[in-house]
This record gives sequence, structure tokens and C-alpha cells, in this order.
Amino acid sequence: MSDHHDHDHDHHGAPPNPYLEKRRSGVETAVLEARVKKMEALLIDKGLVTAAALDRLVEIYEHDLGPLNGARVVAKAWTDPAYKERLLADGTAAIAELGMSGLQGEHMVVVENTPAVHNVVVCTLCSCYPWPVLGLPPSWYKDAPYRSRVVIDPRSVLAEFGTELGPEVEVRVWDSSAEMRYLVLPERPAGSANLDEAALTNLVTRDAMIGVTRLPAVGRAT
Amino acid sequence: MNGIHDLGGLTCFGPVLREADEPVFHADWERRVFAMMMLSGGTLGPIDSYRHAIERMGPVEYLQTTYYEHWLAAIERLSAERGLADAPRAPQPLDADIIDAIVAGGMPSTRDDVDCTPRFAVGDAVLAKNLNPPGHTRLPRYVRGRRGMIAALQGNHVFPDTAAHLRGENPQPLYSVRFSARELWGPDAAANDCLFIDLWESYLEASPS
Repeated sequence: MSDHHDHDHDHHGAPPNPYLEKRRSGVETAVLEARVKKMEALLIDKGLVTAAALDRLVEIYEHDLGPLNGARVVAKAWTDPAYKERLLADGTAAIAELGMSGLQGEHMVVVENTPAVHNVVVCTLCSCYPWPVLGLPPSWYKDAPYRSRVVIDPRSVLAEFGTELGPEVEVRVWDSSAEMRYLVLPERPAGSANLDEAALTNLVTRDAMIGVTRLPAVGRAT
Repeated sequence: MNGIHDLGGLTCFGPVLREADEPVFHADWERRVFAMMMLSGGTLGPIDSYRHAIERMGPVEYLQTTYYEHWLAAIERLSAERGLADAPRAPQPLDADIIDAIVAGGMPSTRDDVDCTPRFAVGDAVLAKNLNPPGHTRLPRYVRGRRGMIAALQGNHVFPDTAAHLRGENPQPLYSVRFSARELWGPDAAANDCLFIDLWESYLEASPS
């Protein structure tokens, strides 16, 4: 997936995720693998699905869909005012104009960050996320710390991502409790006025489209 | 049900832990669970049934396991509850040639063929009802009993509280509702901040403004 242009790697000092560490221990992984094999054998034996169908689905989400899709939407909105207007009015239709649609993106809403308003997206009840434009979510989006705290104390969560907002900024949290899926349209970075749509696409990160970060000015070290 | 999955508003889990250069999947078994979760729904039920199956995990197990373990537990539970092991073999399995169409086509939850006149309009003051249903619901505890404002109408959507239990789709108006941070969290919350959440009409009543 297209995380190569996600520059939010200032967290190497973070403690290891206990869930992920646990997964790498041998015995429990073996038990899990056996359960998964048994379930897959049952679904195939009962004629629900073929192994090739499962393979194809994995291939799409592992290799074809990722935040590069959303970055294209954002860059187009930055460079084409009419497109941006359509995008904010009907996210699903405007995103479909760029050939993106489908599972977990059937009902898209795009919310715009401005100097006065900062949007951030969560799913407190499970892990709903706009797959056609961002791919599958990172673990932190699915884990308890983010889901629990970003609604009650968004500013401290944003600060952990390096996003410090003044009291004059209105923070809007979007809890994806239904089948509406949210994409944040980040502010166009300072210093990017001369960049074309392709170059702008490379500036847009997954985290900025979730709303946990803002995009740095062009030319600043990352 | 009031389960551990309803995490909004808890502050006991510590910092958000991020993994640098995280892969899409961490192990092959995660790939298989993801695909099974997406492609078994025709037989095991709507996505709401899967979510409710996850909600019925034990709370300690829920917190100690990862996302794909949640989904594995849901598939196992639904397979058992629907009697899949004793079911006859389906005649036409989903095969690879239809997967791209499924992914691109999606499964919209709006139902445009039903006649539901929305009870509320943008700008209306509403109260999220204090409901505590024993089954599946998408009304989180942290908004129950709180006053908000209708921000947008989202169309008629399948009602998860009945769909999860195979008691019908019962589509009804869905609204984006805006709550001020102080209404939800009290006077220490930032004065400017707010939260938007999508709530079905059954969850709402008119509030004197």
C-alpha cells in the first residue's frame, strides 16, 4: 500500500504495542492459525467461497487500495475549485468521478480543514474507515486508546501526533457510527502554490486525511 | 447491549501506540480472516450481525485480542449459530472472477424505495434517547441523554438494531447530529469543540431548544 509517502514517522521512541508483540509469540499464533485454517476449510467445503476468491480479495486490499487514492482526491480538490465544490457537496459522487467506489465507501462525506476548523475521524464502536480512498486502517485506529479518547479529549490525542491546536480552532470529531464514511480534506500546505496536481498528491498523507495531522509547509524537513 | 466495544469517552488506555511503516497485514492468518469476513456475509448475515458477534466477546478477551481476532471470533460464532457445519453445500460459491465487482460495487445501506418522511430538519434541536437495548445498537453510551442539533440528513438507512438480529432492515432516516463538547463532557471541555455522529431517527426525540 502507499504508505511510502506517509511522513509521520516521528514516533520511533513509542513503546511496543503489547497486542502486536503478543501476536508474535509462537504458541498462540499456532492456535490462531489452526482456527483460521479450520474456518477457511469449512467455508470452502460448504460452497460459500473459493480459495481463489479469498486470494483475490486480499490482493486488492494489500496492493491496489491505499491512501494514494485519497491523496489524488485531495490534490484534485486543491487545484480544481469546481471539483472541490462537488466533493464537499456529494463526496460519494465526486470520488467516483476519479474511479473510486465500493465497499466501505458507499456513502462518503468529505469535511474540509481550514485555519478555523480542524476535523478528525474515528469509529468508537468498531473501526469503520473509508477503504476505497484510504485502504485498510492502521492498527492504532482500531485499538482502544485512539477510539476511546479522541472523542473526549481530541486535543491531547492530536498533540500525540504532533498536532498542536490553539483554543481559537474549532475541533470537530466525526464518530463513524453508521455507514457514512468520512475523509478529511487537509489544508493545502504553505509553499505549495507552484506545484502541479501530481506533485501535490505526493504531499498528502494518510494521517492528514484521518485528521490526526496537518500537512507541513513544503520545503521543511520531515 | 452495553458492551466493552462502546469505548468512546474512556481515558484509561494510555497513549496511542503507532507502528512505524506498518504493513497492511502482519501475518498470513490475518489475510485469510479479512477475506473470510468480507466474503461469508451472504450466508452468515449482514455486517451488523458480525459487529454484534464481536460485541458479544467477553470484555477481557476483547481488550486482549487484535482486530482480526475479533473478526475470527465473529465468523466462528455466527457459523455455529447459523449451523453452517450441518448446512447443505451451497451450489454456487463466490469465485475470484466476481471479487473485483463486489469490491467496486459495494453494499449501500441506503434504501431509496421506502417512503420515510424525516421527522427532523437541519437545525432542529434533538435529544439522544436514553436507550439501553439488550441487543445490537449503534447509539453509543456517551451521547445518550445528551442534546444536539441536526446537522444533515443522510437518507434512509438500514436499521442495525433489527438487521443484526435478522429481524428486518427497517430502513429509516439517518441524521448527522452535532453535539457540543461541553454538552457531552462537561464544562472542562474546550468551548469551541464539537462532535458529529450519525444517529437513526429511532434514537432521537425532539428537544425544547
